[in-house]
Amino acid sequence: MTSPRVSAYLAPRRRLQLAGLLTAPVLWLGLVYVVALAALLVTAFWTVNELTGQVQIEWTTENVVEVLTEALYRTVTLRTLGIAVLVTVLDVLVAVPVAFFMAKIAGPRLRHLLVIAILAPLWASYLVKVYSWRALLSADGVIHWVLAPFGLDTPGYGIVGIVLTLSYLWLPYVIMPIYAGFDRVPDRLLEASADLGARGWSTLRSVVLPMIWPAVIAGSIFAFSLSLGDYITAGIVGGTTQMLGNLVYTNVGAANNLPLAAAISLIPIAIILVYLAAVRRTGALRSL
Amino acid sequence: MQLGRVARYVLGAVTAVVIAMIYLPLGVVFLNSISASESMSWPPPGFTLEWWGRALHSEGALQALGTSVLVAIAASAIALVLGTLAAMALSRYRFYGKETVNLLIVLPIALPGIVTGIALNNAFRTIVGVQLGVWTLIVAHATFCIVTVYNNAFARLNASGTRLEEASQDLGAGLFTTFRLVTFPHLKSALLAGGLLAFALSFDEIIVTTFTAGPGVTTLPLWILQNMFRPSQAPVVAVIAVILAVLSVVPLAIAQRLTAKDAAAVSR
Repeated sequence: MTSPRVSAYLAPRRRLQLAGLLTAPVLWLGLVYVVALAALLVTAFWTVNELTGQVQIEWTTENVVEVLTEALYRTVTLRTLGIAVLVTVLDVLVAVPVAFFMAKIAGPRLRHLLVIAILAPLWASYLVKVYSWRALLSADGVIHWVLAPFGLDTPGYGIVGIVLTLSYLWLPYVIMPIYAGFDRVPDRLLEASADLGARGWSTLRSVVLPMIWPAVIAGSIFAFSLSLGDYITAGIVGGTTQMLGNLVYTNVGAANNLPLAAAISLIPIAIILVYLAAVRRTGALRSL
Repeated sequence: MQLGRVARYVLGAVTAVVIAMIYLPLGVVFLNSISASESMSWPPPGFTLEWWGRALHSEGALQALGTSVLVAIAASAIALVLGTLAAMALSRYRFYGKETVNLLIVLPIALPGIVTGIALNNAFRTIVGVQLGVWTLIVAHATFCIVTVYNNAFARLNASGTRLEEASQDLGAGLFTTFRLVTFPHLKSALLAGGLLAFALSFDEIIVTTFTAGPGVTTLPLWILQNMFRPSQAPVVAVIAVILAVLSVVPLAIAQRLTAKDAAAVSR
């Protein structure tokens, strides 16, 4: 048996233990992911041979300049950003009251059922959920059927359809961290606040909200980031509306211009990195 | 908390409406799976079990299901090992660059799926120079699954504290014995929950999958995407979705129960 001897050797050596624990995950994430991201950055400055369609190692800023200056990319970037912000705000507005009810009002049994009810749809296929919205939004679908008596009609396939579908898709991702955030607020604090004379709403504003803020940010990261990169939803319920992801996908697939696709994909990367840097100090990354 | 009765009822009503809204589209998928209409027109003109019969004999769907399960199990297994190691390191040791390691773990899920997808596609094809296949898909999935295992394990390790581990070592147990007899039993249900989440994440993933699966590799989401726009297949897709939704509740309920019970035991 060597295990006790290894163990005895390692016991006083905390640095070595740490190295043993960290090596595998950091190597994996570094080699697979960081290298891939770095390579993507580099590829954006390469070009494609027009005859063979192969990626050529020939340095050029053509792709990046094209992405930064052409009106198409600016329009699509703003549209994608707008959709992502709208989806995030919508999801947080819906998630906060639901998460609060789950964590602080519902009894243990009901809370348990609600957690399952919210988590279960995550398992249903993403695509079928989008597809179900295609059915809901269609000209003879459920939304038309419900709204027709009021003289209204389905928004159909377009930006509204995309926003509704994306909000629907990411809602559980936003509810769960916020629910966990509310759950971490001890009831004693709420009672103390009430004992000191604060009414429900002022307790909510000055005690609860500051405490769950990191959880709200954590939830928003999911909705924002998942929306920025989505192209499948736009393809299915967006009609002719294009998001950044659609442009990337077309350039990887049909147009076979990996360098241009890489250059376009730098836009959502930049946006997300700015967002993550901005929220890092709230401690939200630790409550993801 | 001193909340008025009205506020409680309003919040309860909002929650009820939101839950109903979450299940409405899934309910529509179920009704479409037994609707006599092939084009999902509403209300359904009549009901039939024809699609269910066809789905259970669809070789393509069954094969895709097998691929999905294989990829999800392999990716979750890798994520379980790497996520647990990272959680042990970040919860039990202080070191320079902790925030960076944390960011590294979160990044694959924080960045848009399409970025992860195109980055890995580019890395596999032009840098490593391998053909896309099942393995590239597993590596890609494992990378973004690490965070779910890590989160669950890290939260549990923080909640349970180090007192028991210190006691174990004071009583003469080595590092590995302490992990096996003290840390791991505490961690088990959190790992199961994290593993199940990782499995679900991988099972459902489509964006990274479209970029990293080889030409012959079809997961269930890919199969659904390929068959979605075929009018004759659409109701069969709905059937498969219903089966998945029903099957998924069982393991989740088990995981939930396990975690809740253990978390209560740990915090006591």
